[in-house]
Amino acid sequence: MFKRESQSGLRTLFWVGFSILLMVLDQRGTSTQQLRAAIAMPLSFLQYAVSWPLQLVDTLSNNISTHDALVTENLNLKSEQLLLKSQVQRLLAIESENNQLKALLRSSTQVRGKVLIAQLLAVDTDPFINQVVLDKGMRDGVYVGQPVLDANGVMGKIIQVGPLTSRLLLITDNRSGISIQDTRNGIRAIAVGDNYSGKLRLVNIPETVDFQKGDVLVTSGLGEQYPEGYPVGEVTNVTKDPSLQFATIVVDPNAHPDRSREVLLVWPNVKVEGKPQGGTK
Amino acid sequence: MSNEAPRALVVPFTFLMALILTLLPMPEWAVWFRPAWVLLALIYWVITYPYYVSVGSAWILGILLDVLNGTLLGEHALALTVVTYFVLRLHAQLRMYPLLQQALWVGLFVLTYQAILYCVQGMIGGLPKTWMYWAPTLTSMLIWPWVFFILRDFRRRYNTA
Repeated sequence: MFKRESQSGLRTLFWVGFSILLMVLDQRGTSTQQLRAAIAMPLSFLQYAVSWPLQLVDTLSNNISTHDALVTENLNLKSEQLLLKSQVQRLLAIESENNQLKALLRSSTQVRGKVLIAQLLAVDTDPFINQVVLDKGMRDGVYVGQPVLDANGVMGKIIQVGPLTSRLLLITDNRSGISIQDTRNGIRAIAVGDNYSGKLRLVNIPETVDFQKGDVLVTSGLGEQYPEGYPVGEVTNVTKDPSLQFATIVVDPNAHPDRSREVLLVWPNVKVEGKPQGGTK
Repeated sequence: MSNEAPRALVVPFTFLMALILTLLPMPEWAVWFRPAWVLLALIYWVITYPYYVSVGSAWILGILLDVLNGTLLGEHALALTVVTYFVLRLHAQLRMYPLLQQALWVGLFVLTYQAILYCVQGMIGGLPKTWMYWAPTLTSMLIWPWVFFILRDFRRRYNTA
């Protein structure tokens, strides 16, 4: 017994060394990806177990909502759908015209990608980690690097896929970068996350470049990670300090990672015939 | 030896509960106040069964936390292992201390744990910028007496030791 306790220092040293080795490997690249996936697989059941009662409460409160509320909601939805339909008709015309013009320019045609609706699992991570867990995984064909949108804009991309779950890195994380384009004048730049404020920053922008407050930014499609033309955010603040080399430009993201429960997984390179919506499997 | 079987179930079960408490969604204002549940359970079991729960268990729990949180693989493992070593060296004294003094020590352990995580986060450039990051030290300290009593009762009910 005493022998074991006297060895505790040695064992601690061993585990500490092993942790540091793992951290270095993990920071370097993808060699720990397999290990992570293997451990994540049994843990995904834990995540589902924690998330399940909360989703049940959601379902129950939906089920016991009154008839009147449903009728009003239905009416609202109907009118909204009518409105959206009319807008889609206009968009369809514009899109076909746009495709024709692009074909004339011999550039690649804009194709509509396949999409799939995923739900956020109601589990928390450390508040300084800008990641969320989705309830779709390898089984549904999710892949690493896949772009994810919500109803308002780009949300982030998939960084890890398990059999039943996947992990989404939000664009507001400081490890995330997204290539954007100003809709007003077509200037391209890179927006990186700024962990705590929940905003994005444009990096390496000289002071002479024309970004203004209120500019709407969309994905430029140049990074080949995110499809082209999806809304990213709006410029909320431009500071030009002569003592700094670059301008400080703050962007408010369109997506609401803290509010939306449903997100869209996009397969940008898979063509879909017919209807705009891909099915939810 | 007769208590070998229940102990092998009771200890992992409490760790599972601690992991679930770590995952449980909390309202927006409370996210920074979540106590370090896994570390609290670990401290209790190291004090109680120092030859059974030790740095190896701490490391495995740390890896599970890393995967659940999506942090750098080995980050929580490192912090838990180092803190467990200190708890292991002090377990004989800690066991004798009155609850209040124990709670102060637990606060010190959680602070060490968070400081290690803070350093690692700093090296990879994901430093938390708010002072609220240190709030779990306080909440863990405050909740320690309850954790202690619950785990002790739990152990006594299912364990004759």
